[in-house]
Amino acid sequence: MALPTYASPLEKVWHWTYIGICVAIFVFLIAPIIVVIPLSFNAEPYFTFTDKMLSFDPDGYSMRWYDSLLTFGMVRSEAPRDASWWADAWANAKWISAAKNSLIIGFFSTIVATVLGTLAALGLSRPEMPFRRLIMAVLISPMIVPIIITATGMFFFYSSTCVDSTTTLGRMLAPVLSNSGCLANTYLGVVLAHATLGIPFVIITVTATLIGFDQSLNRAAASLGANPRTTFFKVTMPLILPGVISGALFAFVTSFDEVVAVLFIAGPDQQTIPRQMWNGIREQISPAILAVATLLVIFSIALLTTVELLRRRGERLRGLTPA
Amino acid sequence: MKSLLILTTALTGLAGAALAQDGKTLNVVSWGGAYTKSQIEAYNKPFEAKTGIKVNMIDADIPAVPLKAQVEAGNVTGDVFDIEVADAIRLCDEGALVEINPDDLPPAPDGTPAREDFVDGALQECAVANIVWGTVIAYDKTKFPDNPPTTAADFFDLEKFPGKRGLPSNPKRTLYLALVADGVPHDQVFDVLRTPEGVDRAFAKLDTIRDDVVWWDAGAQPPQLLADGEVVMTTAYNGRIFDAIVSEKKPFEVIWDGQYMDMDLFAIPKGAPNPEAAMEYLKFATATEQLANQAKWISYGPARKSSTALIGLYQDGVTDMAPHMPTSSEHMKTAVMDDPDFWADHESELNERFGSWLASG
Amino acid sequence: MAALDPHAAVVTGATGAVPVAALTTADGRPLARALAISSRRARRRAFLLVLPLLAFVLITFVVPIGQMLHRSMYNDGFAANMPQVSQWFADTPPGTEPDEAAFAALAADLTAAAEAKTIGIVGTRINYDVPGTRSLFTATGRKARGGFEPPYKAALLDADEKWGDLRLWRVMRNASTAYTSNFYLAAVDRTRDDEGRIVMAPAQQQVYVMLFQRTLVLSLLITLTTFLLGFPIAHLLATLPMRRSNLLMILVLLPFWTSLLVRTTAWMVLLQQQGVINDLLVWMGAIDEQGRLSMMYNQIGTVIAMTHILLPFMILPLYSVMRTINPSYVRAARSLGATSWTAFRRVYFPQTLPGLGAGALLVFILAVGYYITPALVGGSSGQLISNMIAMHMTETLNWSMAAALAALLLGGVLVLYWVYDRLVGIDNLKLG
Repeated sequence: MALPTYASPLEKVWHWTYIGICVAIFVFLIAPIIVVIPLSFNAEPYFTFTDKMLSFDPDGYSMRWYDSLLTFGMVRSEAPRDASWWADAWANAKWISAAKNSLIIGFFSTIVATVLGTLAALGLSRPEMPFRRLIMAVLISPMIVPIIITATGMFFFYSSTCVDSTTTLGRMLAPVLSNSGCLANTYLGVVLAHATLGIPFVIITVTATLIGFDQSLNRAAASLGANPRTTFFKVTMPLILPGVISGALFAFVTSFDEVVAVLFIAGPDQQTIPRQMWNGIREQISPAILAVATLLVIFSIALLTTVELLRRRGERLRGLTPA
Repeated sequence: MKSLLILTTALTGLAGAALAQDGKTLNVVSWGGAYTKSQIEAYNKPFEAKTGIKVNMIDADIPAVPLKAQVEAGNVTGDVFDIEVADAIRLCDEGALVEINPDDLPPAPDGTPAREDFVDGALQECAVANIVWGTVIAYDKTKFPDNPPTTAADFFDLEKFPGKRGLPSNPKRTLYLALVADGVPHDQVFDVLRTPEGVDRAFAKLDTIRDDVVWWDAGAQPPQLLADGEVVMTTAYNGRIFDAIVSEKKPFEVIWDGQYMDMDLFAIPKGAPNPEAAMEYLKFATATEQLANQAKWISYGPARKSSTALIGLYQDGVTDMAPHMPTSSEHMKTAVMDDPDFWADHESELNERFGSWLASG
Repeated sequence: MAALDPHAAVVTGATGAVPVAALTTADGRPLARALAISSRRARRRAFLLVLPLLAFVLITFVVPIGQMLHRSMYNDGFAANMPQVSQWFADTPPGTEPDEAAFAALAADLTAAAEAKTIGIVGTRINYDVPGTRSLFTATGRKARGGFEPPYKAALLDADEKWGDLRLWRVMRNASTAYTSNFYLAAVDRTRDDEGRIVMAPAQQQVYVMLFQRTLVLSLLITLTTFLLGFPIAHLLATLPMRRSNLLMILVLLPFWTSLLVRTTAWMVLLQQQGVINDLLVWMGAIDEQGRLSMMYNQIGTVIAMTHILLPFMILPLYSVMRTINPSYVRAARSLGATSWTAFRRVYFPQTLPGLGAGALLVFILAVGYYITPALVGGSSGQLISNMIAMHMTETLNWSMAAALAALLLGGVLVLYWVYDRLVGIDNLKLG
């Protein structure tokens, strides 16, 4: 964005104003996310910088809010921190069980979304695919339809989708269904809901990768005697893997960040991190929420880095194949 | 591939652990914050020690709301709900709650049967009260150093007492205050509310301050709003304000004028996952000793007469609880008593009207 | 298997210099048929790959939404629990005055419903149309526990004279069939008068049209602000050298990857009266301690936070289009004497329109359905239609109403989605 040498003085002024505006917008984009980080180390329960913090007095900072993430919900938080204290925290601390739930639900919904989504993307990117546009529109729609509508629909559906627990099927499914044999308030229900919400992201990223994928490679493999399965795992998969992984990461983040569906269809046993945050924000935004926020920001930086590296790798790999 | 496998195994293990752990837990849905904390201290800890059943507290803004939703959807996840009288009557009428025989409840230590030991209205067909509590006006002393507000009318006086107000976003705890502030004597509030003109009058009074109101949902919010300086005056559950003043040393003051007196009752929904343990818990928690213990943690009046005598000091060992109790004879003089029949009949329509009124602001 | 290989067929066909009708595959079958079979097979294979996901999405997404739409016009709360009086309504033409038989049926149904403890459900259903009647049903139900004595009309009027109200009877007739358009009428602030004509609802109940309008206006405003903030950034990113723009891109992508709740919390921390922005303004002397701005719990908070949250959805499509714009066009315009403003307006800007359209539509579609952020920072004046749907779902439990509102919102979004597909193409949706 260099200024051409023939620029008039007015244009120079405008150029630097423009740069200034851009810097301001970048500050607007990033400042809110950065601000929470120092505030989460606030020794006082306030959401603004205290004088001590501004003068970098160590007393103004503390880890107390991070500690409260561990102790909140524990049976004996004051006990000495030995093995049984940690066992207590592991079993009872609310944020820890929320993290467990988020990981479990995120993991399984990502698996479902990625496997089904990748298969479908392979089909959709074949030129022979019938009704391509319509099917694509249906599959992407969970991303477009307002989540409140999706969650409302799922609430009715899950409350009414029940299996009689006295039947053979009901006994078989009992471990994954609720007491009344329904999908509402179960891990399975939340996993299915989150998988649905994650699918559009997998479809979008994997089809985008497949656009640059040279179909003649598959034909080459086939002509060299590879069966379809070998072709898929040895040729197609390694090449589209970066796209699949970043799709999976998108699906995981979607689940990991989702709160509305959890509010509507999850029970007390499936409280996730966002659900716990929602409670916390509405009740009293103690800096403990900022501590969680900070951890999540670090988490998203890690994810972003992974995706960026994958994207570059993908471009490199595809750069090797002639378009 | 191998690392993925390890990850899968680890997470499956995690899932198994998480599933195993929720085998024998009792889910109690209550109001959150300092109140839930008092219940954990006074009821849950001794209950867990005695029975070995783990009690999981779930916070709700108004526990009757998820209860109704769970019943309506046919999918009950809570075992015990802490609800108000009107909801207890209504839900019992609709067959949503388990009936409770007062004779099954433990008698007072001196042998007085439970039927006589509980205060009036505390024993309902399907619910048993644990506390009597008030919704009061509280303000930040530092904001009005010279001429502090003293009445409900002052709450609506933006000229003399400028600043934002906090009010709950429901009709039950707003309309009465508007009427009291508008000059309706505290014992005639529901006579006026029963007429359509009375409801209009209450809404008209609320209109006068609506642009300066921050609406809250959960009981833990108003002390927080006051502390953050988002509002200068708010209504709040009296125990929460007590907790903020005494244990967090906040400069708040309570106005005992037109406070709304209500009871909280424990009820068990039909279809609760653990009905026996729920009944066990309900009997245990509403016994004399537990109710008296709760007053050590929060300034709510116990629903048993035999517990009142046992109330002494706050858990800090110095604060005398009596003047903070909403049930003290001094405070009862200015109280608006809850009218459960009125709310059982009119709550849903007033909820809708209030919701529309609020959203159109 | 080999014979049906499409490539084999193609090769055979390509080598043939023989007349068209005689084209055959290696094993002697007509080429056209072999091609048709193989292409059908290829189509089926492609479809089979998509099928599992399609079935999954249909079951977990399309069916639930269909069920919700059904609920928006179906409510059997009255019809299912009041069978006898519903039958009487079915047997008599509309407008019939309730006679003794009607009251007898009503009395029997009320007694049975009170017994079965379903009277609250019946009352709730009628209460949607005539506010204040829920109590009529529950109170009569309590009296009905002993049963009514004939003559029933007198007995019921004795229990409560409202039972003689003809409007009530008209509403009950309406509710005696489970299918109703009343919830849709209510969702656009309409109701039926005593003659069954569609009229405006009473002023105090008119809220939904206003909320739809507010949602529309705020969403447009947010689209505009994301455009104003997004355009310069996208332009900067597109014109910088790749290495530096990749670095700056991270500043756009980080908010995109950060939890929605974290971003909303961050804005609450910044915007509240004792928050960072107000502190900063007081410190700079721009405002005094008394004059702290309220930027939260109102529309300002909703617009600021949602602009921040949706900004990446504007920047990314704009960026990908701007990247492809050849800078020599602008240079050519300049060399032909255009001022930099004219060159921008007449040459550069029109080329960014595809990206602008894609970004604006996406932001607008996402904004109209937003729930979390308005719920947390919106106060009462920043509530959108989604918040009303949530209120009816979780608080008033008027689920049919929630479904009707959701259906209207869904209709609007699907139209926009269709437009998006026409103009931009769903395939062109990109993520980072």
